[in-house]
Amino acid sequence: MMEWLEPIQKMLGPAWLPIWTLLKIVVIVLPLMGAVAYLTLAERKVIGWMQIRIGPNRVGYFGLLQPLADGLKLLMKEIIVPSGANKFLFIIAPILTLMPALAVWAVVPFNAELVVANVNAGLLYVLAMASLGVYGVIIAGWASNSKYAFLGSLRSAAQIVSYEIAMGFALVTVLMAAQSLNLGDIVRGQQGTHGLLNWYFIPLFPMFVVYFISGVAETNRAPFDVAEGESEIVAGFHVEYSGMAFALFFLGEYANMILVSFLTSIMFLGGWLSPLPFLPDGILWMFIKVAFVLFLFLWFRATFPRYRYDQLMRLGWKVFIPVSLIWVVVVGVWMQTSYWLW
Amino acid sequence: MSFFDAVFYLFAIITTLAATGVIIARNPVHAALFLVLAFCSAAGLWMLLEAEFLAITLVLVYVGAVMVLFLFVVMMLDINLVKLREGFWRWFPFGAGIAGLMVFEMVWVLGSRQTSESSKAVLHAANYSNTKELGRLLYTQYVYPFELAAVVLLVAMVAAIALTLRRRAGVKSQNVSEQVKVKKADRLRVVKMPSESRADGK
Repeated sequence: MMEWLEPIQKMLGPAWLPIWTLLKIVVIVLPLMGAVAYLTLAERKVIGWMQIRIGPNRVGYFGLLQPLADGLKLLMKEIIVPSGANKFLFIIAPILTLMPALAVWAVVPFNAELVVANVNAGLLYVLAMASLGVYGVIIAGWASNSKYAFLGSLRSAAQIVSYEIAMGFALVTVLMAAQSLNLGDIVRGQQGTHGLLNWYFIPLFPMFVVYFISGVAETNRAPFDVAEGESEIVAGFHVEYSGMAFALFFLGEYANMILVSFLTSIMFLGGWLSPLPFLPDGILWMFIKVAFVLFLFLWFRATFPRYRYDQLMRLGWKVFIPVSLIWVVVVGVWMQTSYWLW
Repeated sequence: MSFFDAVFYLFAIITTLAATGVIIARNPVHAALFLVLAFCSAAGLWMLLEAEFLAITLVLVYVGAVMVLFLFVVMMLDINLVKLREGFWRWFPFGAGIAGLMVFEMVWVLGSRQTSESSKAVLHAANYSNTKELGRLLYTQYVYPFELAAVVLLVAMVAAIALTLRRRAGVKSQNVSEQVKVKKADRLRVVKMPSESRADGK
């Protein structure tokens, strides 16, 4: 497929591999950052329309330059470090939130060939990296030396740890159905002659719901944004942050939203496979599915009031974990019978 | 020195420095973060041995869950450093003796020719799946020890909860099922009112 690259490969010799990998990283990260920027605009527009407002419409046509203006504004702002803060950890915390959100993209397949690293234990890697994101929040809350920030980080830590369990079990059912931890193989396991009836969201429907809602909780999005909770603890863990340090938290949050949408599409909605058997598969389907799941994120935010903290914990521990445990057993038994059609 | 060796020494040095940091850091939160770094670089070392399942599980379980809860607790402790350092020199010879003994044992076991020959890593083909191999072994050859370990862990978990669960009198709490069962009609009354004309007749 890439024959035209061979002369360059010969010229560079051993330096070829790092350069080629770096190029692939740039090709993923740059569009991702663009998508994050325009997701913020989409969010403000969609929520605006849902609440019968117009949304941003002053900067550029239909407010299309608004994300750039916001980015520029945040870049020009001063980063204030509180005098009682732990300087090193205070600066490193936003970076720790963003890096895992970017690192996961290494194993995300865009179509049958397009993936940076075709890792066998891809799903485990995704889980491990997703669980690292919480450090940024905890360290930010602690290093700020402020009680609001600290409360926000404690809430966030408890929330992420509890929803991770349900999320993990939801993924266990996916890997049981696909019999592989490789994300590409999981999509290929959903290939069949019946289009969207072959996708895992049908046999694993409860897990699809549990995974997506846990994903919303893991990304600290409304209605599970108790870590920010502006009406109770001002803005939670990032109350002391300003300028680009503050922006990095939001880059991380939106990158994580896009990531959860990609993973939901890959594991339950057939990834790059087409929903109708007579249409060709392709990367376009992937983007349509991701856009749909992202719209759900925005729809949630515009519709639901914030969960109370104890309700959040109850949902995680007393509803999702039992449901996912039972469904693991159900899928295990189901797969042994002849009624398993996937 | 090959690239492989360079990566090994990089991870090994980071692990050792981070582990030292865990002991000498004054602030317990810093110590916990050093431990996180040590776990991450140890996971890198395991990755070099092609034990990808173990490496990722180390990050997932220890870094992603255990250390988060550790930090959670450590951050909320009110620690008096002066009191903590009291009697340091009194216990120093004792601690140093134990550390020396452990170093001696490790050198003895790992440094002997027999163990170092037999513990060389085996290189596998590109399509080798560490996860599959581990799963096969755990659920066939070692299924009874594995299940036994799981039961022991479950018992420990139940015991820990039972020990810390205290029922105090006079605690106020919400009845969640009652809250969930509430219907719109229980709380909301829609009052119909006819429109009235303004007092000034306009």
